[in-house]
Amino acid sequence: MTTDSQTAYAALRTKAIESLLIEAGIITTGAVDDICRAYEEDIGPLRGARVVARAWCDEDFKRRLLDDATAAMAELGVGGFAAERVVAVENTDAVHNAVVCTLCSCYPWGVLGLPPTWYKTPEYRARMVREPRAVLAEFGVQLPDDVEIRVWDSSSDVRYMVLPMRPRGAEGLSEEQLAGLVTRDSMIGTGLPIAPER
Amino acid sequence: MTGPSVSTDPLLTGDAAGPEAPPRRNGELVFEAPWEARAFGLALAMAQDDADGWEAFRGRLIEEIAAWERAHPDGAEDWSYYERWLNALERLVVERGLLSPERIEERMREIAVHQEHEHDHEHEHDHA
Repeated sequence: MTTDSQTAYAALRTKAIESLLIEAGIITTGAVDDICRAYEEDIGPLRGARVVARAWCDEDFKRRLLDDATAAMAELGVGGFAAERVVAVENTDAVHNAVVCTLCSCYPWGVLGLPPTWYKTPEYRARMVREPRAVLAEFGVQLPDDVEIRVWDSSSDVRYMVLPMRPRGAEGLSEEQLAGLVTRDSMIGTGLPIAPER
Repeated sequence: MTGPSVSTDPLLTGDAAGPEAPPRRNGELVFEAPWEARAFGLALAMAQDDADGWEAFRGRLIEEIAAWERAHPDGAEDWSYYERWLNALERLVVERGLLSPERIEERMREIAVHQEHEHDHEHEHDHA
């Protein structure tokens, strides 16, 4: 937790820098507004969810996604900032993947929206590498001992997303309905897709 | 079976502007204060069409986070990701010669005085 005075000081500093950059003609208020709005409202994990649902429905697309995720996602119009080189890693009965950025908070924003608060904490960034099984259990992902956990360290060059396993009982759902089962955390590896209603 | 109903899921209805919109969908606030969103947008606005600028910013962000962690080996409670972010942004604009630290300090004082006046003004209205 941060204190109120810390926050007030940071808010003041942000305002000062913004107003000076605008005066200097380096940025415009509108550009900052547009970016904030886009990341808060438009670019949620929905884009990534559409990609996962397509991969569940279309084996050929899935192969292209695992081969070159950036190109495959571009077919769906998904990509953009900080999604220049995305690698998709597939969960199977034998392997569970999870993503971390040990250096800072690299994350495929253009696909998954803004990273969650916990993704940026020193604790997650350190422990996910050291004791992934324990961390996943704390997220409610209990994996059998014989499932191998692979942890992927995102960087500015390569950002990872997890292709979760299609939940059982999802037969007969449309691609759009399937996308609704894909949570943000399931694409980071700290969660599983929602089980469909029967 | 429990869990959200598939048909009313905001991801499916396309109601992305509603209160349950993703990225907040998993019960997580993306920004804890408005200034964090502004600081975020500022860095991205600076980096638009400028891949070198983004790399320069990111390098400073990594340094700022690492420096904080060295200074707080026990993971102190006042960790703020966006304060590190803001430090990196300030360093970038200063080191690139876009703004001077003195100018930033001066503007902070100006805004603080201005806000103080506005506050007094509101106060008068409260009692009018």
